[in-house]
Amino acid sequence: MENLVLQALSGLASASSLFLVASGLTVIFGVSRVVNFAHGSLYMLGAYLAWTLVTSLPRGHLGFWGGVLGAAVLVGLIGLVVEVLLLRRIYRAPELFQLLATFGVVLIVQDLALLTWGAQDLLGPRAPGLRGSTEILGLRFPLYELFLIGVGPVVLGLLWLLFHRTRWGTLVRAATQDREMVGALGVNQRMLFTSVFFLGSLLAGLGGALQLPRESVNLHMDLSIITEAFVVVVVGGLGSLSGAALAALLIGELHAFGILIVPKITLVLVFLVMAIVLVVRPHGLLGKPEAAARGGQGSAEPLVGPAPAALRWAALAAALLAVAVPPFLGDYGISVLTEMAIFVLFAASLHLIMGPGGMASFGHAAYFGLGAYGAALAAQWLGAPMLAGLAIAPVMAGIFGLVFGFFCVRLSGVYSAMLTLAFAQIAWSVAFQWVEVTGGDNGILGVWPDAWAAPKLVYYYLALGLCLGATLLLRRVIHAPFGYALRAQRDSSLRAEAIGIDAFRIRWLGFGLAAAAAGVAGGLFAYGKGSVFPTYMGIPRSVDALLMVLLGGVQTLSGPIVGALAFTGLQEQLVRLTDLWRLVLGCVIVALVLFFPQGLAGAARARWEASRGDA
Amino acid sequence: MATLEVEGLAKSFGGVRAVQGVSFTVQPGEMLALIGPNGAGKSTCFNMLNGQLRPDAGVVKLLGRPITGLAPRAVWRLGVGRTFQITATFGSMTVLENVQMALLSHQRRLGGLWRPVARMDAAPARALLERLGMAEQAARPCGILAYGDLKRVELAIALANAPKLLLMDEPTAGMAPQERVALMALTAAIARESGIAVLFTEHDMDVVFAHADRILVLDRGALIAEGAPAAVRADPRVREVYLGSGAVTGAH
Ligand SMILES: Nc1ncnc2c1ncn2[C@@H]1O[C@H](COP(=O)(O)OP(=O)(O)O)[C@@H](O)[C@H]1O
Ligand SMILES: [Mg+2]
Repeated sequence: MENLVLQALSGLASASSLFLVASGLTVIFGVSRVVNFAHGSLYMLGAYLAWTLVTSLPRGHLGFWGGVLGAAVLVGLIGLVVEVLLLRRIYRAPELFQLLATFGVVLIVQDLALLTWGAQDLLGPRAPGLRGSTEILGLRFPLYELFLIGVGPVVLGLLWLLFHRTRWGTLVRAATQDREMVGALGVNQRMLFTSVFFLGSLLAGLGGALQLPRESVNLHMDLSIITEAFVVVVVGGLGSLSGAALAALLIGELHAFGILIVPKITLVLVFLVMAIVLVVRPHGLLGKPEAAARGGQGSAEPLVGPAPAALRWAALAAALLAVAVPPFLGDYGISVLTEMAIFVLFAASLHLIMGPGGMASFGHAAYFGLGAYGAALAAQWLGAPMLAGLAIAPVMAGIFGLVFGFFCVRLSGVYSAMLTLAFAQIAWSVAFQWVEVTGGDNGILGVWPDAWAAPKLVYYYLALGLCLGATLLLRRVIHAPFGYALRAQRDSSLRAEAIGIDAFRIRWLGFGLAAAAAGVAGGLFAYGKGSVFPTYMGIPRSVDALLMVLLGGVQTLSGPIVGALAFTGLQEQLVRLTDLWRLVLGCVIVALVLFFPQGLAGAARARWEASRGDA
Repeated sequence: MATLEVEGLAKSFGGVRAVQGVSFTVQPGEMLALIGPNGAGKSTCFNMLNGQLRPDAGVVKLLGRPITGLAPRAVWRLGVGRTFQITATFGSMTVLENVQMALLSHQRRLGGLWRPVARMDAAPARALLERLGMAEQAARPCGILAYGDLKRVELAIALANAPKLLLMDEPTAGMAPQERVALMALTAAIARESGIAVLFTEHDMDVVFAHADRILVLDRGALIAEGAPAAVRADPRVREVYLGSGAVTGAH
């Protein structure tokens, strides 16, 4: 009994910390509609800056609390700078593009933090006056945790006062409900957005700084908190402060008690809860459906036509090169090319969902991984030959795509994307924790091609043939009535339904098809590497796929193809050339977002069309 | 048999009674105008007829068959075409492709994964566009079309499933006066030759009195008058509603 009380209290302490971060994220989203991936980086910076300030300021109350608050303000200012330099320029860009930009910031901050503070974990001092512990029901409980429990409600209260008792707060609430209206009232929107970013970043920084006495400061804090914070914000309802508080409470306690009740599925519990909440309440616990801002048309999606002749020639030349060059390359070069072929298909499959489908997926790696595991499990447990394994891959991925997709495609925007993430995390943790079947973290080894395909060059041609074939098939689908129907429901679901198109069914089948195609890529990847691991369906791989599609451009299929080639090549080279590849990649991404908002292929196409128009 | 029979249709939004106790019928080939000031409930009526909104009460029958509460796509399959007050077309497709989509859906060929739309027979879609004077615009993307042209595209789409009933919510909004009369004349001709029942709303009284066979007048959700144009024009209550709201003068 006493134990349970302590567990509940420590759950409250986590909830409090989570709320600080999530409240900043939700306030920023509410006003600017920016899905800010860099929020976790701000949290991490808060912790690092607090460490620097606290350890260099004189010891004592002033040094510690001054350091924590100073770090929070500094992070607020950093957020402000990011807003002014980057985000302000892309408010009109599609949601996913802003996400890409903020992801570039994540990469940059990671390397800058590494440069500044080094790779080792840093331990901060305890909080003065809160070092010891107190007795609760005969058990010891740290005072600092008790203090944290108090911080959450105090901050919630202050925010409430800020939003309900000041003119600025009223404007923020109005903007959260209706952006156009505030613009129409002649309010200085720039100032409003910038100040909201300052506040949200400050809250993230405060959340990070307050972790100093609790845990070591390290370079993984950003990504671990951002997923949790997104879960809280989405479960609570995007833009809803009280929703974030409620969800933080729920998730915090879930962590605390999950370990006691179901230790086997702790990793997945949070995502399971998010999936359930979103299936039952598509806009989170306290969220409101978004006013449909988008009209029937005017969204500047381009036509899908036959590829221009120049592009056809370029594609043909590339294909010829891909066939003719590899015999002259070493094993390393051939495996890089094999991976490139596989990622082209992977990116093309995601493009079907994001481009023509108009949906977003943060968890597309799930289907890549499910394909890989399908093949590997068949090889391991059934002794299936390679071709059978490669055939099972898309079936496995496709079936799960239909099952998960059934729920995901009902939702819209960020909610839908987060649900795909939740399902991907569930799949990941099953692979990770069902050790008897999947080998857990150690993966499944010895998934080698049959003897005839064992030479690297032969396997390359096999992969090239299948990936190219499947990608061309996807292209065919996009140009066929089914692909048109996908675009129809994206352009105007109202009109689509009014001419007999079942938008849900089309999206659902499209999702399943994309999953199956990703499964082919995953199966090929498994045999290419000879092994599968849970990381195949991890968040980083999903993000890779997103980057490929967005870098290349979502508007035509040439985009993800170019994006996959550029991304795989760039990353490969950067990792070999410099330790600071994240910094470089991050800067490249930010530059692309600012200067080529249509992606690489989109920009090339626009330039080409312009030059033809002049001629 | 009447193409459309509506009995006791009602819908409230929160406390607002948008439509209450509306009943009427439309005969094959008949042009029936639904008029009334802004906010009278015309669009809400349309939305209930094609299944976009579920009525709180009332029955909608198409050719004697109850269709109340069916989804819009099911209603469309039974032969109801509709245009929207705020146009809704596929912005990433050309005018021709927009019409082709409706035709393909009508033929239940949208599941096709192989044959490109570009290589399918476009003649029927072209014929429809030709009829509506849109042939020259066929290759232009809908995303960049002028508003009046979008309204024509909508009409072409609505005619693609060889409808028995055509619902047109402000089909001429955004057009020049001559264009309006011409479009409605064309619509009336098509309706008569194919026996299509047409229900339309319209703000331009010239258009209404020139082309409607019969007129329904809606005010604050309820029908206040019904009859031939001349009778409705003379109805004192109608004059009061219009003069009161200041929208249209009786001189029309
Ligand atoms: N989705 C809705 N939610 C709330 N109120 C609505 C909605 N749609 C229409 N209304 C209200 O119903 C009334 C009728 O609107 P509408 O049918 O659009 O009128 P009309 O088309 O005749 O101009 C108006 O008072 C309008 O504000
Ligand atoms: Mg209306």
